[in-house]
Amino acid sequence: MKNSLRKFSRGTGLSAAVLGVSALVLSGCGAPPAEESAGGGASAEANSDYLGCIVSDSGGFDDRSFNQSSYEGLKKAEADLGIKINQAESQAETDFGPNVDTMVKGGCNLTITVGFLLADTTKEAAEANPESKFAIIDDNSIDLPNVKPIIYDTAQAAFLAGYAAAATSETGKVATYGGINIPTVTIFMDGFAEGVDYFNEETGGDVQLLGWDKESQNGTFVGNFNDAAAGKTNTQNFINEGADIIMPVAGPVGSGTLDAVTEANAAGKDVKAVWVDSDGYETAGKAEEFILTSVMKLMGGAVEDVISTDVEGTFDSTPYVGTLENGGVALAPFHDQEANVPADLQTKLDELKDQIISGEITVESAASPK
Amino acid sequence: MTPQDDRPVPPATDGGAPLTRRQAKDTARQDEVRLENAVETAGGELPPPAVPAPAGTAAAPESTLLQRIMTGNALVAFLSVVLSLILGGLLIALTDPNVARASSYFFGRPQDTLGAAWTAASGAYSALFQGSVFNVRGESFSQRIYPLTQTLTVATPLICAGLGVALAFRAGLFNIGAQGQILIGATFAGWVGFTLHLPAGIHLLLVILAGMVGGAVWAGLVGLLKARTGAHEVILTIMFNYIATNLVLYFLSTPAFQRPGSTNPISPQLDATALYPPLLGSAFRLHWGFVVAVLATVFVWWLLNRSTVGFELRAVGANASAARTAGVNVSRGYILAMAIAGALAGLAGVAQVSGTEKVLTSGVAASFGFDAITVALLGRSSPWGTFAAGILFGAFRAGGVAMQASTGTSIDIVLVVQSLIVLFIAAPPLVRALFRLPAPGAPRAGKGGTTTRTPASTGAAA
Repeated sequence: MKNSLRKFSRGTGLSAAVLGVSALVLSGCGAPPAEESAGGGASAEANSDYLGCIVSDSGGFDDRSFNQSSYEGLKKAEADLGIKINQAESQAETDFGPNVDTMVKGGCNLTITVGFLLADTTKEAAEANPESKFAIIDDNSIDLPNVKPIIYDTAQAAFLAGYAAAATSETGKVATYGGINIPTVTIFMDGFAEGVDYFNEETGGDVQLLGWDKESQNGTFVGNFNDAAAGKTNTQNFINEGADIIMPVAGPVGSGTLDAVTEANAAGKDVKAVWVDSDGYETAGKAEEFILTSVMKLMGGAVEDVISTDVEGTFDSTPYVGTLENGGVALAPFHDQEANVPADLQTKLDELKDQIISGEITVESAASPK
Repeated sequence: MTPQDDRPVPPATDGGAPLTRRQAKDTARQDEVRLENAVETAGGELPPPAVPAPAGTAAAPESTLLQRIMTGNALVAFLSVVLSLILGGLLIALTDPNVARASSYFFGRPQDTLGAAWTAASGAYSALFQGSVFNVRGESFSQRIYPLTQTLTVATPLICAGLGVALAFRAGLFNIGAQGQILIGATFAGWVGFTLHLPAGIHLLLVILAGMVGGAVWAGLVGLLKARTGAHEVILTIMFNYIATNLVLYFLSTPAFQRPGSTNPISPQLDATALYPPLLGSAFRLHWGFVVAVLATVFVWWLLNRSTVGFELRAVGANASAARTAGVNVSRGYILAMAIAGALAGLAGVAQVSGTEKVLTSGVAASFGFDAITVALLGRSSPWGTFAAGILFGAFRAGGVAMQASTGTSIDIVLVVQSLIVLFIAAPPLVRALFRLPAPGAPRAGKGGTTTRTPASTGAAA
């Protein structure tokens, strides 16, 4: 054993050196900085004793969806408010408890928990630590003085997307599908369906929606949030059935839709996608030219707001509901698709938006926040 | 057949004679020795014997790949863990932003890079240790041992499911289906836990029973299909995993499994009477499920080594045709092995819904079903080896959370280390080559081996 250990250290020393040299020889020629470097800039000291933390759900902070945008909100708060931040990524649901626990014990002033699956854990931690503050995204079940629910009436923005899709469609068929049949997904699909219906009523058109039946609350679902290949197959099926605008509500699975849409366009069809959560034109990383618009859920802003109220000492536990009115949800610009949409569509959408805000049009979804 | 013969081989210098003697024994004998060695590694985290244990390796040349993977010797398992930790450390160092920054002026001041690399890797591992075994910065005794209790908590489902996988391995069945079995077990247990409202004691017993039945039925079906139709259990269990996952998702979309007034796919909390009581008071998450896991380990040890059923299962695993000729009912063996394996995985599901999570969700099984395969492999399919491996993996998981929070090292590094362990265990020749260990049953050129070890290797070859 001793012998093998000795060999072992010699062996690893060598391999470490080889690895190190190969990595460094390419880039190791810069000049070293001065020995002493002073601490951060002025802003970093303003609230540097405030610690804001975040615990992801099992999607992780790179999910191009709500974990990521919430995390970006926290990062923005770090830059703007000069607070310190800490984050814990959950690999699985079993990590929720330990992660939240670690954050609270680590002295977090405010802990953001992302997703309704963390509700029980958050509630338990909030009850046990009344002096710590919490904010939970996409859940409105906790009623405690130190927990701020952050929820979104996404149906309002999805309504606009549905209207825009119906107005733009040339085949008279649009489609949507989801990751899993859960309220935070179906609220997009409900809003989209209402927007299509509204267009039909208003113009006497007959645009069909594939993939979602608002009455029965049932439709096409991939069954998870990671199988992009299934997203591609679904999209191809919709295209074959004649749909020319498809909205995937399935996080990373949506990239399968973009692949299918790109292929269909290469084959001469005119097919577009509607992105969700963030402005796909900026975040999807591909097929931007085929993204008609995006239903945006701007979590970053809400996260930063909650933190800044707590930093200022005005934290309250009233739920934050993101709407078109307060800019928590919004429809993204058409970007490259500007030329392909009907000329007066943007004006019409602005009108609809005002009508929704004034309450003239109500967008109903079984999943809407109550 | 004296007990002395079962001891590990004495120091290498006089190892030739016992090896030769041992080689004369029949395969069943080797199996006994292997078991004995497995039991002897139980206490700690697989402490290595003085020399490579020859018992398992002596049988290697004639056995199948699967058997070799399952019965690779303890030293290889231990070295695999060490090697994986070292590679993981390198990875931590190479991906650390401070190291990257310092490496841009490596030739200007190399000590910065090396120092940063050391700080990154040692910091991460010390956080891993403090998050899984002993928190040196804790203010009270309970705070100091809190990490250890976390490790045992996470280890509980791993041990239960790992035992199931190990037991099936021993019966010659590659059970990939622990994930599905945990899920179905958790579903059964959870349903009993939040739907029925019974007095304390009976309720928990029923929950445990329901979980075991759920897992046993799910896995027993696989055994039945294999026994009746000859369908391969690997394919069956993988497919059953998909079915289980989607079945649970479906259940969670029905009102019977949802909270009143909510359509989220999350069940109501289990009744307090259906939960495992905390083992060390409410300050710790450790629950009585751990004791159940210990009892399960004892049971599996007894079953495999002391019971007729266990002997038959091992006989089926060693050679199904020979077992059939000898009068063992192989079909029954398959069904029974899978059913027991499933019941053990079901216990892991109970540990989740009734111990830590207290609700049923689609992710309640985490990745324990797949980690269990690694645990069983690392534990060399022996009950106490699996137990130790389960605790090691529990430590990785519990420590990973602390490591991530205090050093910012991604928790995914734990997954990388775990995967590397599997890789190395599945490739014993690679580990042996890296550490210049003698290959089993093959004469070696003296190039790498030291003189003291040469007699042992030639002895093994003789």
